[in-house]
Amino acid sequence: MSPTTIFAPASTPADSIFGLSVLVLVTVAAIFIAVFGLLAYVVLRFRRRSHDRSEPPQIYGSTQVELAWTVVPVLIVVALFLASARVIASVQNATHPPGALQVIVTGHQYWWEYQYPSLKITTANELHVPVSIPTFLTLLSADTDHSFWVPRLAGKTDLIPNHPNSMWIDPHETGLFLGQCAQYCGTQHAKMLLRVYVDSPAEFERWVRTQQQAPSSAASSQGQRVFEATACINCHTVSGTSANGKFGPDLTHLMTRETIASGAAANNHGMLRLWIKNPDAIKPGSKMPAMGLSDPDLDAVTAYLETLR
Amino acid sequence: MSAQSVAIEVTPAANWRLPSRGRVGMWCLIAAESAIFTIFLVAYIFYIGKSQTGPQPIHVLHVPIFYTVCLLSSSLTIHLASRRIAEGETAAFGRWWTATILLGATFLFGTAREWQHLIAVDGLTISTNLFGTTYYSLVGLHGFHVTMGLVALTMVAVFYFTGRLGREHSERLEVLSMYWHFVDVVWVVVFTVVYVVGV
Amino acid sequence: MSTTAIPLPDVAARPLTLRLHEWVTTVDHKRLGILYIVYALIFLMVGGVEATIMRIQLIRPHNDFVSPQAFNRMFTMHGTTMIFFVAMPLMFGFANYLAPLMIGARDMAFPRLNAFSFWMTALGGLLLYFSFLGGDGLYGAGSAPDVGWFAYAPLTARTFSVGHSTDFWTLSLLSSGIGSIGTAINLIATILCMRCPGMTLGKMPLLVWLNLVMSWLVILAVSPLSAAQIMLLIDRYLGGHFFDAQAGGSAVLWMHFFWIFGHPEVYVLVLPAFAFASEIIPVFSRKAIFGYPVMVVATIAIGFIGMSVWAHHMFTIGMSAGANTFFVLSTMAISVPTGIKIFNWLATMWGGKLSFATPMLFCTGFLFQFLVAGLTGVTLAVAPMDWQLGNSYYVVAHFHYVIVGGILFTVFGAFYYWFPKASGKMLSEELGKLHFWLFLIGFHLTFDFMHIPGILGMPRRIYTYEPGRGWDFWNLLVSVGVVFQAAGVLVFAFNLVWSYWNGKDAGRDPWDAWTLEWSAPSPPPVYNYATIPTVRSRRPLWDLKHPEDPDWRYE
Repeated sequence: MSPTTIFAPASTPADSIFGLSVLVLVTVAAIFIAVFGLLAYVVLRFRRRSHDRSEPPQIYGSTQVELAWTVVPVLIVVALFLASARVIASVQNATHPPGALQVIVTGHQYWWEYQYPSLKITTANELHVPVSIPTFLTLLSADTDHSFWVPRLAGKTDLIPNHPNSMWIDPHETGLFLGQCAQYCGTQHAKMLLRVYVDSPAEFERWVRTQQQAPSSAASSQGQRVFEATACINCHTVSGTSANGKFGPDLTHLMTRETIASGAAANNHGMLRLWIKNPDAIKPGSKMPAMGLSDPDLDAVTAYLETLR
Repeated sequence: MSAQSVAIEVTPAANWRLPSRGRVGMWCLIAAESAIFTIFLVAYIFYIGKSQTGPQPIHVLHVPIFYTVCLLSSSLTIHLASRRIAEGETAAFGRWWTATILLGATFLFGTAREWQHLIAVDGLTISTNLFGTTYYSLVGLHGFHVTMGLVALTMVAVFYFTGRLGREHSERLEVLSMYWHFVDVVWVVVFTVVYVVGV
Repeated sequence: MSTTAIPLPDVAARPLTLRLHEWVTTVDHKRLGILYIVYALIFLMVGGVEATIMRIQLIRPHNDFVSPQAFNRMFTMHGTTMIFFVAMPLMFGFANYLAPLMIGARDMAFPRLNAFSFWMTALGGLLLYFSFLGGDGLYGAGSAPDVGWFAYAPLTARTFSVGHSTDFWTLSLLSSGIGSIGTAINLIATILCMRCPGMTLGKMPLLVWLNLVMSWLVILAVSPLSAAQIMLLIDRYLGGHFFDAQAGGSAVLWMHFFWIFGHPEVYVLVLPAFAFASEIIPVFSRKAIFGYPVMVVATIAIGFIGMSVWAHHMFTIGMSAGANTFFVLSTMAISVPTGIKIFNWLATMWGGKLSFATPMLFCTGFLFQFLVAGLTGVTLAVAPMDWQLGNSYYVVAHFHYVIVGGILFTVFGAFYYWFPKASGKMLSEELGKLHFWLFLIGFHLTFDFMHIPGILGMPRRIYTYEPGRGWDFWNLLVSVGVVFQAAGVLVFAFNLVWSYWNGKDAGRDPWDAWTLEWSAPSPPPVYNYATIPTVRSRRPLWDLKHPEDPDWRYE
C-alpha cells in the first residue's frame, strides 16, 4: 500500500474527507456509467447504413426532456453541495479541546521549522506528535508559499507569508507518516519532504525530554571551533553556543533525526559529510552553500555535529 | 449534392438595422478598461489602513476640487462639441473641442502639481508604503488614460485646424467622446474611493 | 439569382517576396486566421517537446535527465506556451476565419485592429522564448521563467526570482493580452453589427454564439490579468508593495487576481471547442442540433457562472468555511449547463444517421472524454476532496483531460472539417484515422493513469520523486503514452502538408452541410460573397436543399 494514499486515512480530518469522497465517487461513477452507456448505445445503434442517403426526421428539441435533464442534475448538485458543506464545517470550525498540542510550523525554502511553544522546543523537518491527542498546527511562511500535505492525516493547507493558517490532526495509530510540500516554492520544492512521527505516550514523552535537555557541555572540540568560526553560525542554531542563526534548521538535537535535508538523505555519516561538503550533490539549488572546507575541517565538523543529540 | 453550387437568395430584407460598429467596439473597450480599473480599485480598497509605516492619506491628501471640476466640465464641453459638429457648425465645434482639451490638460497639470508636492514635501513615493503604491498606481493609471485621450483629442484638433473636419465625421467623434466620458466616470469613482472613503 | 465568383488575376504566379509581403501586411480575416493557426501549430510542437522532456525526467524516481532548474522552466514554459500561444491563437484563428463567413459578412468589423491583434500575440510568443537567451539579465546565461504558469507571489518578487526571466513572462503575456482583447472587441463588433439580412441573433450558427460569449469572457477576464501583471512590474521595478509580504502586501491578492482571469480563461478555451462540436455533430448525424435555444441559454449561463467560481483554485489557502462553501456551490452549479450541453449533443445524435468520418471520430472522442473530465471536475469541486487532490497529479490529469481530451480533440475535428473549405483540398481520411487512433491510445495511456499518482499523494511541479510511494509504475505508463501522442501529431502534421499539395478536390460542400460558409467556393475569394445573402432560418443551406421542408417552418 502506498504510504501516501488518500484512501487510507488515519486521522479524523482525513477520515471525514475519505467518507465524503466515497459518496462523491459513487455518485460520479453512477452518472458516468449511465451517460457513457447512453453514448455507447447511440454510437452503435444509429450508424448510417451504407447507401442510405435519406435524411432522418429532424427533431429540433423537447421542453420536457430539457426540463428532466436540468432538474435531475440540480438535485444531484444540491445533495453533493450539502454533503460538502457539512465536512467543510466539521474540519474548519473544529474547536480546540483542552489538552490539544500546539505546534507552530514555519515553511522555509526548502525545510520545515517546528516550534512547540508550550514545551519550549524548536526543531526541524521531523515532526513528532502524540497518538490520539489532537495536534493543532499554525502554519506560517518565512519566504514563499508552501503547503503541508500528509495525505493519511489530513488534506493540505498552504503556508503563505503574512497569512497565518491553521489545521489539525488527531492520528489514530502510531507510526511514521509521509508527505511533502505541495505548493511550488522554488528550485527544490520536490525534496521538501514531510515526516510525521506519531508516538505512543511514552515515546512522545521520551522525545520531548531529549529535545528539552541542554546539549552536552563537553569541552569544545576542534569541530565545534571550525563550526563557530565559519559562517555556519549565521544560518544555524545550536543552543548553548554562539550559533543562533534562524535561516537554516536548528541543529541542537540533529542526531535525534533519521534524515537530513528535509528527508532528502538518510542521517548517517556518509550523507552528513556529503551534505556539508556539497549540498548541491543531494539537493541542487538548495539554499545551503558549499562552505569549501578542507577535508580535515570537514571531518571535524561532521564529528562535532554527530555529538549533537 | 456536393457537386452542385448552391444559389443564395439575393433580395435584400427591408428594415435590417444593426448597431454601429464603432459604438459597439468602444463599449467593449470601455468594458475591458473598466475591468482593469476595477482590479486597481480593489487593491486600493483592500490596502486601506494597512500601511505599516510612512505617510497616511489623511495627512497628505487634499481634495482636488478645482481640478475635478475642470475634468468633469470637459465632459460637458465635449458633449456640446459633438452636438455642434452633428449639426455642421464646425466653428462652434472647434471652440468647444479646444475648451475640452484645455480643461483636460489643466486636470493633468493639477495631478502633476499634487504629485510634486507629495514626493518632494510629504515624502510619499510609489515605494514608500502600501498607500503610496496603490495611490500612484490608481491615480497614475487614470492619468495615463487621460493622457491617451488628450492625444486623440489633439489629433482631432489638428484635423480641425487644418480644415479637414466636417459633419461627416460626427459619428466617429461621438465614439471618441464616449471614451472621454468614460475617463470622467472613472475619475468620479477614483476620486470617491481615494479622497472621500479612504481618508 | 445565381452567384458566381468574380474571376481574379492569377495570384499564384507572382514572386515569392511579394506573396510573403502580402501575408505579413494582410488585413483579410481568412489570412489572419491561417496565420494564427499556423503560429499555434508551431508552438504546439514546441510545447509538446517541453512535455516530452518532463515525462522523460519523470519516467522513474530520482532520474537525472534534466536538472531541477531546467525542469522547473519546462513546466512553466509548457503551461504558458500551450495556453497563450497554442490554445488561444487556435481559437482566435478559427473564429477569425469562420465567423464572418458564417454570418454572411465580407470581413471582420475592424480589419486593421485584427492584424494588429495577431502581431501583438505573435510578439508575445517571441518575447517568451527570447527568455531562453536573455533571461538572466546581467549574468548573460539566459533562462526561461521558472515560476509556474500562474506565477504565484512572492516567488515572483525580485528576491526570489533573480534576473529577468519573470519579466519575460510578464511582458510576453501583456503583449498577447492586448492582442486577445483586440480580437475579442473585433469579434463582438462583427457578430453584433455585421450579420447578413435575416440573421437575427436567434438564427446565428451556434459557433457564432459561442465565440460571442467567449469574447465577452476575454474582455472581462484578460484585463484583470493585465492589471495584475502591471502591479507585478511595479513591485519588481518601481519598489511597489502590492504583493510584498514584508510591507503588509498580500500573496493571496495575487491569487485572487490571477484566478479571476484563470478560471474564465478555461471557458474561453472550451466554448470554441463546444462550438466545433455543435457544428460538426449535427452534420455527421444528419440532424439539426437538438435544443438550439437551450444551448444558447446554457452558453450564456456558463459565461456568467464561470465568472463566479475562481476561488475553487484556492480551496487550500485558508479561506473561511463560508467562502469555501460558496465556491463549492458556484462551481457545482456550472456543471448543470455544461451537462445540459452534453445531453443535447447526445440527443442530436439520437435518431440520426451517424457517419464516422475523421471530424466525427474526434468529436465522438470529445464527448466521451469531456464527460469524464467534467466528472473529475465535480470531484474537485467538493472542497474537502480538493484539500487532498488539489495541487496533485489528479488535478493535472483533470485539466489535461479537458484541454487535450476535450478541447484538442474538437480542434482536430475542426481541422478535418474546415481544411477543405480553406484550401480546396480534402485531408486524407486514412491518415486522419491513423492520427485519431494513435492519439487516442496515447491520450488515454497518459491521462487516464495520471489520476492515480495524484490519489496516491504525488504533488505537481516536482522534478523528481521518492521511490517506495507507489508512484513509479504509473509514471512509467504515463510517460509511455507520450510516444503515441507524438506519433499521432506527426501524422497530422504530415497530413496537413501532404494534402495541401495532393489532396482530393473538395468542392464547395464536401460534407453536405448547412451553414453559409459551405455556399462559398473552396477557398473563398477575398471578398467571401459576391452578394450578401439573406437567410430565413438557422440552416440556410438546408432550406435550399430541402425546399419542401425548410427549417423556417419549424423554428
